[in-house]
Amino acid sequence: MASEHASPNMTEYIKHHLHHWQVQMPGTEGQFWLINLDSVLIKLLAALLFVWYFIRVARRATSGVPGKVQCAIEMLVGFVDGMVRETFHGRSKIIAPLSLTIFVLVFMMNFMDMLPVDLLPWAWAGAHQMTGHDPAHAYLRVVPTADINTTFGMSITVFLLIQYVGLKHKGAVGFFKEFFTAPFGPWFAPFNLLLRVIEELVRPLSLSLRLFGNMYAGELIFILIAVLTLGASLTHFSTYLLGMGQFIAGFAWTAFHILIITLQAFIFMVLSIVYLSMAAEHH
Amino acid sequence: MIPNITLVIQGIVFFAVVWLVMKFIWPHIIAAIEERQAKIAEGLAAADRARQELADADSRVADEIRKARLEAVAIIDKASQQAGQIVDKARTDAIVEGTKQKAIAAAEIESMAHRAREELRTKVASLAVAGAEKILKREIDANAHKDLLDQLVSEI
Repeated sequence: MASEHASPNMTEYIKHHLHHWQVQMPGTEGQFWLINLDSVLIKLLAALLFVWYFIRVARRATSGVPGKVQCAIEMLVGFVDGMVRETFHGRSKIIAPLSLTIFVLVFMMNFMDMLPVDLLPWAWAGAHQMTGHDPAHAYLRVVPTADINTTFGMSITVFLLIQYVGLKHKGAVGFFKEFFTAPFGPWFAPFNLLLRVIEELVRPLSLSLRLFGNMYAGELIFILIAVLTLGASLTHFSTYLLGMGQFIAGFAWTAFHILIITLQAFIFMVLSIVYLSMAAEHH
Repeated sequence: MIPNITLVIQGIVFFAVVWLVMKFIWPHIIAAIEERQAKIAEGLAAADRARQELADADSRVADEIRKARLEAVAIIDKASQQAGQIVDKARTDAIVEGTKQKAIAAAEIESMAHRAREELRTKVASLAVAGAEKILKREIDANAHKDLLDQLVSEI
């Protein structure tokens, strides 16, 4: 892209990178009805890949000596199941599969960060150009978890599940009574309610903002590293120095990011289990 | 659609990280997987082996039982044979002994009869002498008439 535009402006470049591929819902107006199509599609692709691959492995699973792929997935499932058993003491069939899905899906979405930050947008711009569109308007953000809509979508789902598990384990009466009686007893009912509301609302907020913040910052740093050689020409000596700098910084940050993407997926999963477990327990 | 230098360097970074993963992370994952595979294979093999051993032991036990039964049958056969032999032997022994005893008894009877006859003969002789004495009203010198007496005895 950069070579095709005379001198790409740094701010423009960053802005372009942070712009979603958006479509307006038909018959609507306003920001709220914009859909971040890139996040949705990439998350959908990741989900399909996850479901397809795991079903394939599960279908071929043998009770004899497992193959390497089955072994890896067994270890992953065993690991998640162990976490759930350790943390969640209620009985619920949904928790372990939910945790596995959260972990794998968040990891896959985070993993998009590992790809060269310009690769897919460049290909996307190329596709636009070939179909006769303006490549300057080819917006694509490849990391769905760096989109706050994605992370909020997941954390709100978890929030609803928390309420559902709480209702199921305590019954409607116990569940709503707890709003007013815990943790300070019935004499402090208003405080209890206030505290409870804050507690419940903070959970999805912290879950989604933690993941979003980490991934957004990570993506931004990748973009900033890319800026080092933005619009550079091979005839300048400084290009080689900055290129080296870009390589070293990119390598270090990408390697470090392996840890971050795994950790963030893990944290999202563990916190979901913990919240669900707390919802199932009586105060 | 020519990639710029930024993208090229990003690609190099990507492959460098792939190399890093291959070199330092992948071996650990593969090692863990292979260890798990080996453990599962080992466990399955052990189970198979145990099952095979159990089957072997079962067949061995059945063999032993069959052998013991045959042996027992043989022993019983031999014992009954021996018992038969013993009974036979006892029977023949008893017959032999019986005939022997019978022979002894017969001989004894014979000798007793002989003795009785002898005794009777002498008694008859003396009785004849006494009778003759009484008839002759005088004593007969036994020695003097010994020849006569002996002749009498032998005639009885």
